[in-house]
Amino acid sequence: MAAIAQTGFREPNLLMKMMSRPTAMAGLVVIVAMIALSLLAPLISPYDPAQLAVRNRLLPPSWQHLFGTDDLGRDIFTRVLYSGRTSIAVGFAVVIFASIIGVFLGLIAGFFRKADAPVSRLIDAMMAFPDILLAIALVAALGASATNVVIALGVVYAPRLARVVRASTLVIRELPYVEAARALGVPTPVTLVRHVLRNVTSPLLVQATFIFANAILAEAGLSFLGVGISPDIPTWGTMISVGRQYMEQAPWIMWFPGGAIILAVLSLQLVGDGLRDFLDPRLAKDV
Amino acid sequence: MVRSALNRIFGMLVVMALVVTIVFVIVRLTPGDPAAVMLGPDATAADIESLRERLGLNASIPQQFLTYVGGILRGDFGQSIFLNMPVTEALMQRAEPTFFLTLFSLLIATLIALPVGVLSAYWRGSAFDQAATTLAMFAASVPSFWLGLVFMQFFAVRLGWFDASGYGGPGASFGERMHHLVLPALTLGLISSALITRFTRASMLDVLNDDYVRTARSKGMSEWRVVTRHALKNALIPILTVIGLTAALLISGAIVTETVFGLPGVGSLIVSAVLRRDYPLIQGALLVVAGLYVLVNFIIDMLYLIIDPRVRY
Repeated sequence: MAAIAQTGFREPNLLMKMMSRPTAMAGLVVIVAMIALSLLAPLISPYDPAQLAVRNRLLPPSWQHLFGTDDLGRDIFTRVLYSGRTSIAVGFAVVIFASIIGVFLGLIAGFFRKADAPVSRLIDAMMAFPDILLAIALVAALGASATNVVIALGVVYAPRLARVVRASTLVIRELPYVEAARALGVPTPVTLVRHVLRNVTSPLLVQATFIFANAILAEAGLSFLGVGISPDIPTWGTMISVGRQYMEQAPWIMWFPGGAIILAVLSLQLVGDGLRDFLDPRLAKDV
Repeated sequence: MVRSALNRIFGMLVVMALVVTIVFVIVRLTPGDPAAVMLGPDATAADIESLRERLGLNASIPQQFLTYVGGILRGDFGQSIFLNMPVTEALMQRAEPTFFLTLFSLLIATLIALPVGVLSAYWRGSAFDQAATTLAMFAASVPSFWLGLVFMQFFAVRLGWFDASGYGGPGASFGERMHHLVLPALTLGLISSALITRFTRASMLDVLNDDYVRTARSKGMSEWRVVTRHALKNALIPILTVIGLTAALLISGAIVTETVFGLPGVGSLIVSAVLRRDYPLIQGALLVVAGLYVLVNFIIDMLYLIIDPRVRY
């Protein structure tokens, strides 16, 4: 009951708390602005991201072309904005997919004593693979496409979320209101969703923010290696991969998409740090 | 303690068995016929059939699994299709650059992270602490391949201090080979120092308020001795854990960094195996890397057990 009464106040509270911490707020403003800029790209930039203008190729940054132009004369500022759509969307899709698997596994492992040992060992085994390595192996098996990159990275990050959900569920399982629900004859799935899941959202949200940041980095890495999203689709990673060939004459081609990645990842990490401090003071200590 | 050790050994064996199973499953996820995928669209039916035979794909799935597990137990990780040699041999041939790259990166990361993390915790809340924490977070946000390219552009292309890529070619002396590792190791070391700094700081903060630190101070011991002998010594176990795990995870960084700098190491071997769909090689590399990670984890847990008598599993 307490949990239900609380939720009505949680959101305004959270935003107000965020505002009291300048770094977290700055992170939030930057990432929201980046999402808005990429969605509003056609209104902001006079150029078409795919329009070729060979006469303008490899121009350095200027007032006409804020970030310069690439090997085919395309405006890099415009391409960074449009690439943001794919890079951010892929990161977000990874978080959603990983959360679905992670919450499912974590709830089962945390709530049902008998399931704990096997599921936890499976999580341990999955975490033994370095993220990029497991992701490229999965993409190699499934085939390179945006959807498969999301599936692969989702599988890579799901165990981390499962761990967090399991740890919280272990604590909540023993609380009086869960016992009360059981005594009242509430069916177990209802208890899990209504009483347990609701109360693991805080640590889940914190972890999900960090995974969002990691997923953007990992997607860029996969695209750069040429084992991810097709180079024809502009993402920040594929832009750097192309720019690399013009490192000597036109280093700005790779500078700006890299800067966009850093900005997005850094602001997500600041938001995650802020959220952790308000929502999960217990965790704040262990990094 | 013996019981704890046995528990932990059993746990490790279970995780190893799961790792082996996961690797087997991943490669079988390939839609369609892996042999056809590997050979490409120009292959004849006979070629595909002979490769299927070689890979043992004609057997039933449980039978394939048994053959595969049997091979691993005998130390046989399969044959690389494109290199035409045992997977273990292919990995060993490429081990040198990866080994030294990992070693130097770890050294650079530790040399930066230990003092910065300790001082950050000691001067908690100071300008130094804030700058260090912000920088660590910044370093964790930089894509390693991008940092590598920026270093390459500046130090190799513009200043000409290093060769932009490669490992010195055949017959290069040890010194020349190591010279090629400077920029890659700097790239990976700087990025991995972020995580170790954060752990060192957190771990030091935990112990700096402990009673024995206060006691040491009240005895009139010098601050240097208090921090190094009493606080750092106790904070070191979690720090060593994260250094150990970073070492195992650096292989992931090596995949990207070796590709950027054109180093003939295990990382770039894995990327080319993926691009050529050399499934046995991918399988073997996954197994070796994940196996190393589980082993490092296990050794660290065992060290805990020996160092700290309160630890139980």
